[in-house]
Amino acid sequence: MLKGKVWKFGENISTDHIAPGRYFHLRSNLPELAKHVLEDSREDFPKNVEKGDIIVGGKNFGLGSSREHAPRIIKVAGVSCIIAKSFARIFYRNSINIGLPVIELKDNGIDEINEKDLLEIDTEKGIVLNLTQNKKYTFIPFPDFINALLEIGGIDKYVKKYNGYGV
Amino acid sequence: MGKTMVEKILSFHTKKDVIPGEIITVNVDLAFVQDGTGPLTIDQFEKLDFNNVKTKSLVFIDHASPSPRKELSNTQIKLRDFCKKTSAKIFDVGEGISHQIVVEKYARPGDVIVGADSHSCTSGALGAFATGMGSTDVALAYGLGKVWIKVPESYNIVLNGYLEKGVYAKDIILYLIGLIGSDGATYKALEFSGDALKYLSMESRLTISNMAVEAGAKVGLFPTDEKTKEFLKTYDRIKDFKEIFPDKDAIYEKVIEIDISKIEPQVSFPHTVDNTKNISEVKNIKIDQVYIGTCTNGRMEDLRIVASILKNKKKAEEVRLLIAPASKHIYLKALREGLIDIFVNSGATILPPGCGPCVGVHAGVLADGEKLLSTQNRNFKGRAGNPNSEIYLASPATAAATAITGYITDPREVLK
Repeated sequence: MLKGKVWKFGENISTDHIAPGRYFHLRSNLPELAKHVLEDSREDFPKNVEKGDIIVGGKNFGLGSSREHAPRIIKVAGVSCIIAKSFARIFYRNSINIGLPVIELKDNGIDEINEKDLLEIDTEKGIVLNLTQNKKYTFIPFPDFINALLEIGGIDKYVKKYNGYGV
Repeated sequence: MGKTMVEKILSFHTKKDVIPGEIITVNVDLAFVQDGTGPLTIDQFEKLDFNNVKTKSLVFIDHASPSPRKELSNTQIKLRDFCKKTSAKIFDVGEGISHQIVVEKYARPGDVIVGADSHSCTSGALGAFATGMGSTDVALAYGLGKVWIKVPESYNIVLNGYLEKGVYAKDIILYLIGLIGSDGATYKALEFSGDALKYLSMESRLTISNMAVEAGAKVGLFPTDEKTKEFLKTYDRIKDFKEIFPDKDAIYEKVIEIDISKIEPQVSFPHTVDNTKNISEVKNIKIDQVYIGTCTNGRMEDLRIVASILKNKKKAEEVRLLIAPASKHIYLKALREGLIDIFVNSGATILPPGCGPCVGVHAGVLADGEKLLSTQNRNFKGRAGNPNSEIYLASPATAAATAITGYITDPREVLK
């Protein structure tokens, strides 16, 4: 179960927004790079994001580069989960691989969620509760393989435990 | 039941009939990283207690190449040390862009290729299942020789007709992305077919496959044919040829037909690739810098087109014109053909083979408020190093015409 307050972002948030190329030299120092996470979209985000917070984005969140640093610094900044209308493929995969839940909410849920709303998410049952607005949304829960990856904290830990992919 | 190209390649690699939606693990023929994604791959490789690589493994220093600052120089040492310790092979400063070197030396029809760079889909032009992944995925591909993937559904993109003069492969792919949107093919495999393929050179196909990811696709595949053979022959690799094509009764989730003779030169406006316009709608946009190069359009075909436009002409005084060949091989060829002479005489600055200004890391970073017209594949805010600047995307011909006038210019006006 995840619980946190919402930061709202728009459509097409690219990996260049999340981890700007001008900080390329900080890629081997994730805590430093995380100080700039998403600053080109919202300057206040890296300064004020708190542990457990939830990012809510529009369509095609994470499009662009394969840089795994993008979901990693979102996680390092303390974000517990990203909810969006849709995700770009590589970003989605990278997020799952590093143990950051990414949830697609297809109906009108995203538009109804407001900045600073408090959400509670059950990833196994596929439920998003908006505690501020007293509304409930559902999503298709992850398949077992993905749930296992998220639970153990990433594909590196998974592969080590099962001595391979186990698929 | 008939198979798409993707289903054929993945079935061959797993020795069973795969179906779209299925999660499989698949043997990888080639895995690679670059200097932006590589250091994290090596950290993960070590964390996973791997000692050596289990597949053909490459490392490229192409993004910050040569390094502009000490932090990057220090991470580049890490990449070189990794290659000394394992049997991975390094392509260091000056060799060129990963995707170009992969198609020149390694990619074979029917291969499974993963790269920690989103434009790894470039090799799809040669009929390889090639896709971009993250650093950890490639660490696992290095160490296990395998990755996990979900078999994608396929879209059949049927290209018919001939390109008009002044219109190129870049215009086809910008048009397609404008048509279906930057998420129009998320997760899908794009398979190109149609009469027009006969006239599309391998270099043109590479431009199209390179940008499949800009429509969200996992891979952009061309069937193999005489052009594939010609290309492999040029690089002394005809033994790598293998026929790959979809079955006649392959099942596609969607079929998109495009009459390419109706396409005019395209320009993608800031800040998304799918913000595409016909050049006839583009009026009076003054450009501060023109960049010709990158893994999308830094090949011989591109440079020859640019040279034909710039020959005996000067760039506009207020424009900075930067040109980077995609690889050392192309650089040498362009030198021998006299293209570099033409470029320098027109006022261009030649950059070393590599990614250049496209990633905003070293050369050609824009000032606040400046506008770039580039042959690269992306125009996201901040992509060229400054979020307070704008990037327009177009073909090498449009870029060369623009360099001459200083305004975004229809190449058909200078090709008359």
